[in-house]
Amino acid sequence: MTSAPGGEPPAEENGGLPARRGEERLDAQVVRTGMFGVSTTGDTSGYGLLQVHQRPPLVSEPPYGGYFDAIAEDLGSALQPDGLAFGDAVERVVVDRGELTFHIRREHLVMVADKLLHDAALRFEICTGVSGVHYPDEAGRELRAVYHLVSITHNRRVRLEVATPDDDRHIPSVTSVYPAANWHERETWDFFGIIFDGHPALTRIEMPDDWRGHPQRKDYPLGGIPVEYRGAKVPPPDERRSYQ
Amino acid sequence: MSSTTHATPGASDADAEATEGRVYNVAGGDWDEIVAGDSERSDNEQIVVNMGPQHPSTHGVLRLILTLEGETVTDARASIGYLHTGIEKNMEFRTWTQGTTFITRADYLMPIFNETAYCMAVERLLGIEDRIPERATLIRVLLLELNRIGSHLGGIGPFGLELGATTIFLQGVRMRENVLDLFELVTGLRMNHAFVRPGGVAQDLPAGGIEAIRDFLRKAPAWTRDLHKLIDANQVFKARTQGVAYLDLEGCMALGVTGPMLRATGLPWDLRKSQPYLGYETYDFDVPTQDTCDAYGRYVVRMNEIDQSLRIIEQVLDRLADRSGIENDPWVIQDAKVGWPARLSLGPDGMGPSPEHIAHIMGQSMEALIHHFKLVTEGFRVPAGQVYVPIESAKGELGCHVVSDGTTRPYRVHLRDPSFHHLQAVSVLCEGGNLADVIPAIASIDPVIGGVDR
Repeated sequence: MTSAPGGEPPAEENGGLPARRGEERLDAQVVRTGMFGVSTTGDTSGYGLLQVHQRPPLVSEPPYGGYFDAIAEDLGSALQPDGLAFGDAVERVVVDRGELTFHIRREHLVMVADKLLHDAALRFEICTGVSGVHYPDEAGRELRAVYHLVSITHNRRVRLEVATPDDDRHIPSVTSVYPAANWHERETWDFFGIIFDGHPALTRIEMPDDWRGHPQRKDYPLGGIPVEYRGAKVPPPDERRSYQ
Repeated sequence: MSSTTHATPGASDADAEATEGRVYNVAGGDWDEIVAGDSERSDNEQIVVNMGPQHPSTHGVLRLILTLEGETVTDARASIGYLHTGIEKNMEFRTWTQGTTFITRADYLMPIFNETAYCMAVERLLGIEDRIPERATLIRVLLLELNRIGSHLGGIGPFGLELGATTIFLQGVRMRENVLDLFELVTGLRMNHAFVRPGGVAQDLPAGGIEAIRDFLRKAPAWTRDLHKLIDANQVFKARTQGVAYLDLEGCMALGVTGPMLRATGLPWDLRKSQPYLGYETYDFDVPTQDTCDAYGRYVVRMNEIDQSLRIIEQVLDRLADRSGIENDPWVIQDAKVGWPARLSLGPDGMGPSPEHIAHIMGQSMEALIHHFKLVTEGFRVPAGQVYVPIESAKGELGCHVVSDGTTRPYRVHLRDPSFHHLQAVSVLCEGGNLADVIPAIASIDPVIGGVDR
C-alpha cells in the first residue's frame, strides 16, 4: 500500500538479477553519521561509521483502506464541476499509522477546504486546528501548515498538509471557510512566519507584538542566551552536551 | 489613582491620552473620578474597558478588551499570550519520555489528559498501541475520569466565586481537594504529575489506593448533592446564567466548539463514544446533554458528567479488583527498549530508585544495565512520521499532533487545546450582552490559560 517512489529498477539494468532489498536506501541522502551525535573528537562508541539515510517521502496508492477511499473519491467528484481533477489539487496521499493525509497544493487549499466542508458526502464540519512544522532541509517545501479536520456527520477524520518554500512563505487562509481557524493561523504565523493570505487580522497571538523572529522555527534557538546563576554560567539548552 | 503601566517603555499617561483618549486606572475604591469623568464625556465617545490580564474574574491571565455603550458590550476581544512558556519548543530539546514532564503543565487543571494524549501519540508513532498492558490502560482511565471530575470542579467552583458566591467555591474546592488527595496518593503530586509515560504509567497503584478511591466514591454523591442543592435552583445563579452567553448548535459548528459547550446544545458528541480509545467502548456510561445552549446548561452538563465519571471509576475499580490475583501484572510495556526500566520505591528519605532494581542492574544483569543507561541518557528512537491523537478532555477535543524524524527527541509537538480554540467564541458570546454577563460567559467556557498559551 505504502511504497517509496521509483520502486525496483528494470531487470535489464540490473543484469537480470533481482533487486537487493534496501539497496535504493543507500543512495538516499545521509542525514546523520555516528550514533550519539558526537561531532567533535573521535567517536569511540564503535558506531562512528554508522550512516543514517533520509527516508524517501511516503506515497500511498489506492486502495487506501477503510473510509479513506470514500473520502478521496468524494473529494474528486466534488472538485470535478470546478474543472479540477483530484490529482491537480492533491499532490500525494499518505496513509500512515491509520491516518489519512492529503498533501494539497497551496493554490487549491481554499477550494479543497470549501468542498470538504460543504459537500454533503464529505461534510467535515470542524477544523480542529492548524499546526506548523519546519523542515529546513527540504528545499522548496520548508514550511508546512497541517490542518486536522473532523466530520461529525460521518464520524471521520482527515489531515491536510500544505507546503510552502521559506523564501515565499504564503499560504491562503482558510478562515473564509472555517472561521475558527483564525487564531490557529495567527499562532502558526507567530511561531513559524507563514503568511496566511486573506486572514482578517494576521497578528501575533502568543508572543509580544514587537517580538523579532518566529520561535518555533528550527533556526531559532531555545533560550539562546546562557543561564547565569550565582556567577556560574550554563550554556543555553541548544548548546548543552546531549545524546541524540 | 495609580500610575499607568504602558506596554511601550517610556510612554506616559499623556502619550496614551494623545492617541487613545482619556485614560482611567481603576483599582477599586476610586469610582468618584470615573463618575465625574463620565459626565464630561460627549455622546459619541466610546468607553473601552481593558479587563485583565490581572483580574480576579477572568479565570487566569486573560485580557479582555470590551467596548461599551452604556452597560451593553458592543465589541469584545480576547487577548492572550500572557502565560506563554514555550512548552512545545522545549519539548523538541528533550527525550520523548521527558516530554510528559513538560506537556503536563500545559492545561494545569487537566494534566492527565495532556499526558495521555501525548503518550498515546508517541505510542502510535512507535506502533506499540496494541502492546500497552491492560493494567496501564485501566489506571489511565481511572486517572482520566478523576481528572475530569477535578477539572469540572475547578470550573464550577470559581464560576460561583466570580458571581460572588464564595460558598459554591468552597464546596467545589472541598470536593476537588479530595480528588487531588487521590492524585497525591497515586502519583505523588497534586498537579504536574508526569505520571502517564509512553508505554504505560510510571508506577502501579500504591497499597491502599483502591480502598481510598472506593472511599471517595462513597462520599462523592453527597458532595455533588450539596453542590446541586446550592446551585441548581439558586435564584441569583439562575438569573446570572440562564439565557446568558447563548451559543446554539449552528454557532458551535461554525466556531468548531466541542466539549460541554457543544453538549449543552443537545448534540451528544463525545469522542469516548464516537471514536473510542483506551477501551471506553467497554464501559457503561451516558453522554449528558442539555438543550438550553446557555451558561446554565453548560453548568448542568458538567455536573452530570461528574456523575458519569464516578460510574466509570467504579467499573475500573471492579476490573482492577478482578486482576488483583494476577502475579506481576505489568503497568508499563514489557519491552526493554521502550519501557522505562527504573522502579521506584519509598525509602527512609522519600521516593527513590528501589534497592532491588539497583541490585539487579549493578550486580545481576548486564543487559538491564545497558537498557537502563541507554533509556535514561539517550532515550528511545521513534520512527519518522506524524500522528494526531484526539481525546475527549474535560473541556472538549484535546488533540496532540506529534511529528518524529526518527531520533530520540520529538521533532514537533503541538497541543490543540480546547480552551485556546473556545476563547475565539468570546466575541460571539459577549457582544450585545450586558457587561456583567461577560463574567458568566467566560466562566462557562472554562478556559485555563496554561493550556491556551502553552
